[in-house]
Amino acid sequence: MPLTLTPDEEAMLAGEHGPAVALSMRIITELGRIRGAEELVDIDSVHIDGCIFYGQAGLDFAQRLVELGGQVQVPTTVNVGSVDLIHPHLILQNTEKERWVAQGGRDLMQAYVDLGCRQTWTCAPYQMDSRPETGSNIAWAESNAIVFANSVLGARTDRYGDFVDIAAAITGKAPRGGLHLDAERHGDVVLDCTGLSVETLALDVTYPVLGYLAGAIAGTTNPVLLGIPADVSEDRLKAVGAAAASSGGVALFHVVGRTPEAPTLEAALGPHADAPVQHITAQRLNAARQELSTAREEQLDAVSLGTPHASVDEIGEAYDAIVGGPPLADGVAFYISTGRSVFAEAERRGWVSPLEDWGVTFVLDTCTYVTSILRPGTRTVMTNSGKWAHYAPGNMGVDVVLATLGECVESAITGRVTWNRELFT
Amino acid sequence: MRTITGWRVTSGDAQGAVLKLHEPVSFWGGIGPEGDIIDVHHPQHGAVVTGRILVMRSGRGSSSGTYVLAELLRLGIAPAGIILTEPDGIIATGALVAAELYESRMPIATVSEADYASIEDGVTASIAMVGDEAVISLVD
Repeated sequence: MPLTLTPDEEAMLAGEHGPAVALSMRIITELGRIRGAEELVDIDSVHIDGCIFYGQAGLDFAQRLVELGGQVQVPTTVNVGSVDLIHPHLILQNTEKERWVAQGGRDLMQAYVDLGCRQTWTCAPYQMDSRPETGSNIAWAESNAIVFANSVLGARTDRYGDFVDIAAAITGKAPRGGLHLDAERHGDVVLDCTGLSVETLALDVTYPVLGYLAGAIAGTTNPVLLGIPADVSEDRLKAVGAAAASSGGVALFHVVGRTPEAPTLEAALGPHADAPVQHITAQRLNAARQELSTAREEQLDAVSLGTPHASVDEIGEAYDAIVGGPPLADGVAFYISTGRSVFAEAERRGWVSPLEDWGVTFVLDTCTYVTSILRPGTRTVMTNSGKWAHYAPGNMGVDVVLATLGECVESAITGRVTWNRELFT
Repeated sequence: MRTITGWRVTSGDAQGAVLKLHEPVSFWGGIGPEGDIIDVHHPQHGAVVTGRILVMRSGRGSSSGTYVLAELLRLGIAPAGIILTEPDGIIATGALVAAELYESRMPIATVSEADYASIEDGVTASIAMVGDEAVISLVD
């Protein structure tokens, strides 16, 4: 069946709602044709990823939409940009390329504001006041936001990316295909975690490592995690998803007994009852963590927390681990990346000033691995994020250790990298 | 010369030497500002995609590949055309947006597994679209 449009959608394509809608509709309908969609679906919200600057083309596209009078038609949040608009001095501008990215990044962020997006500048829009409803159709970009919305919230988004995101926002439409469809949402492979110890399942770093393994095993299919505590926090599910979307292309996972589409293993698998089962052992977790941890240096240069952006609870955990304890070692930088709304709440709770006094640098609107923030000469960084550990060696040329929050703080105090290589049991 | 018939993903005509990849490459983080493969884990690291008919089984990697492909097309250092075995929204959108902005029409076609297997690296290929069909001519 070819793609069929409603009369209203035909009118949008024909330019009756203005040239920005027509341009956006051309992209949405062409993508629908290519993906084999039979119709479009109305969407309730959009999360934009095209606001990170990778060159003039993205700026040309956003500014073209602005010139044509484009305005988003549904609530639209924006991912991090390439600049911290609150703390612009954090962005290094020592080289010509750094200056180009800083200026282009700022112009690109402004264009998305002009198009009517909320100035959220966060990769974790699900940590803000309004969240998509279970079962609702949305068009989100940014892999960690996509996987969280599908898995934890039970909303429905396919893997949207740069340019399609804003086209969906301007039209309020997306192709009905992929993870919008019931048939695409069942589990494809079971990761049996029932053999892991209670101690391992209580550790924070277990979850990004589990996500990393899930991505490596599942690729772009839907993994089902069995044996995870039913009260596991959203922050830990966030860590699973972000890592699984980095090592693989996971856009939906299920946690039996925890996530909305997985009350039971049978429900999660649906018609895939004979899905293959992989046993996740402590040995596999230790090996995966060692594979992600590339550091050889014993001297620590920086700690980076908050990828995806730290939640209020995560900033509270950092506060508890840091404030009142020994000082930060000389020469170690300690970053926490987060969004504006979470930062404001942490400030209201009185956590920000004591953390800053200790030496924490809060990074807003952007992230330490997408733009130039780490000091030149930074070689070894500890992080509690599987996503950061996966991308930073390639993006930034640094070595990493993926660690617990406790190990990150302890190492930041001594200035030496300290981690238990056989942590999982 | 022989001819393969595939399917049109994006419109356009192109001719060039085939660069057949042993595994897919992600445009974001995989192709550099000189049009070369910069992913150090890729077996053809260093190969230049500019002006080639890029043949790979599927797309790969970050959805920001859309943006990077549009930028390569803007700079005139993109592949001349792309042949895949399955349609890829990320790659296609990069070509669609560049067509809107710069009137650069990079054809993308899909072909069957068997036809994919028969395309050899280095041969000259041309792509032309006839309706929803892609006509690919190969000169060994």
